[in-house]
Amino acid sequence: MAATAITLASARRASGVHSGWVTAAIFLPPAIALFTVFVILPIGEAAWYGFFNWNGLGLPTNFVGLGNFVQLFANKVFTRALINNGLIILISLLVQLPLALGVAVLLADRRFGAVTFRMIFFLPYILADVAAGLIWRYMFDGDYGLVSQVATAFGFAPVYLLADTHYAFAAVLIVIVWKYFGFHMMLYIAGMQNIDRYLYEAAAIDGANAWQRFRFVTIPGLASMIRLSIFFSLIGSLQVFDVIRAMTFDGGPLNTTHTMVSFLYIFGITRMRVGFGSAVGIVIFVLCVVVAFSYKRLFMRDD
Amino acid sequence: MTDVSTAFDRHIAATTEFLTAPVRGNPFASLYRLLVLFLVAGLVIVPLLATVIGGFKDLGELRVNAFGLPRVWHWENYWGILSGSGYWRYLANSLWVAGWTVFLTLAVSAPAAFAFAHLHFFGEKFLFNYLIFGLTFPFATAILPLFIKIRDLGLLDTPWGIILPQVAFYLAISVLLLRNAFRQLPVELVESALMDGCGYPRIFFSIILPLSRPILAAVAIIAFVMSWNNFLLPLVALNTQTKYPWPLGLMDYQGQYMTQWNLVLAFITLTILPAIAMFLAAQKHIVAGLTAGAVKG
Repeated sequence: MAATAITLASARRASGVHSGWVTAAIFLPPAIALFTVFVILPIGEAAWYGFFNWNGLGLPTNFVGLGNFVQLFANKVFTRALINNGLIILISLLVQLPLALGVAVLLADRRFGAVTFRMIFFLPYILADVAAGLIWRYMFDGDYGLVSQVATAFGFAPVYLLADTHYAFAAVLIVIVWKYFGFHMMLYIAGMQNIDRYLYEAAAIDGANAWQRFRFVTIPGLASMIRLSIFFSLIGSLQVFDVIRAMTFDGGPLNTTHTMVSFLYIFGITRMRVGFGSAVGIVIFVLCVVVAFSYKRLFMRDD
Repeated sequence: MTDVSTAFDRHIAATTEFLTAPVRGNPFASLYRLLVLFLVAGLVIVPLLATVIGGFKDLGELRVNAFGLPRVWHWENYWGILSGSGYWRYLANSLWVAGWTVFLTLAVSAPAAFAFAHLHFFGEKFLFNYLIFGLTFPFATAILPLFIKIRDLGLLDTPWGIILPQVAFYLAISVLLLRNAFRQLPVELVESALMDGCGYPRIFFSIILPLSRPILAAVAIIAFVMSWNNFLLPLVALNTQTKYPWPLGLMDYQGQYMTQWNLVLAFITLTILPAIAMFLAAQKHIVAGLTAGAVKG
């Protein structure tokens, strides 16, 4: 009788139904609570504040409907910021990722120098955006910077790249490629380790040249990693801020180097226009969610 | 012995095998390969070198000689910063915030990840998706309401106004990585422990956690690096200079010495030095940790 009771008790415990539920009730709430208070509620509130004209004091009462959004999309600086974010995406996809892939191919094997080169290329990624931005602000400085001194050494006039409304954002794009290509290179190298070596040998026996081996073995083998890296690029591109702050401080010259987030900071936060700033946040949020979901749906279905 | 290697163990091997593996092949197999690599490496390294060396020059020399070594090494640029309290306080502030962020991220996300990996309860799928939703958008989207929230909670201008939101925002990636890793552990481990009368909390603390050190380290590294480099949130949440973490301190210093690039370069060098030192000391874990988001499970 006693033995049966013990067996039943341990069987109940083994099934885990009861004690598992209790443990979950202790283990989960801290995470859920923190996440709700500091992530979900602010997002919900942004959607709420976005319809008000509010300076953050008292309660939002001045309901303006879609006014903030209308104002936002009529704002030339914001349009330029949107374009700039688009340019970051473009440069990431067309320059950064191919560069990362090319370098990854050169460094995939354990050939001479591979270790050192990989570490060098990864190095900028571990630096803070602010530090990277300031380093390049120096590089592009017309009076002291290296770029300008190279130009003068070749007999050209000093180059004030960051003061030039046409080229200042190009300088920002260079820094973004410089800082992030090493991260994507590491992803590709990690992906290449999972490609079966025999595929290369088989391809070589079949007479495939280096390009064909790259095109028909490496690329398909890396497909899911490439998709992942594109996804990281897209989401990352939408949140660029620190680099802008370090390189051009307030989005200058003439507001040509803003991104959506730096626009939000300068025109929403520093002026405490909570409603207007929240509307910018909502636009960024919607773009992020659209990117994430459509990307998952379109490309990552089989992963 | 059951094989307890997880997807993350394989990821560590994949990203870092080259650190220990012997060099193969002819070093000069392709001259072009080396040419391209040296060119790219030069573009990566030159700005960093120019920064470090520029910090040793005086302003006049920096203006005419950005490339070469300084004629006179002006150590006082560096000593001036190192002997002041500002630099050290910025680092201490950053360390304090990052330390608490790492500790709380692990303390909150590991139990939650365990619940999602090995327990069954009402609404588990919904709650998991709820947390994972946090992966899709960055800090910036909600920064204004977050500011209001921090203010209303009385956390404005305190480290906790940074630490708690950071932990909350890192939860999604941490829970995802940890849950996937916990799931990869053989389910027999949990089942046989249950048979032996071991409760879930003890299974978590005595079996799951000790077997998951690599992924816990990865999550800790991600949280640390993100916190160490975080800029926007402290920028919004703090307004007392003595509480600044180093990225704000660096911007403040730059704003103060705007045109004295030699001093600014020295300050930049000193602030990136800890990151580079950490990187060189723990390359393997840092590379594996920062690319851990790529591991699917």
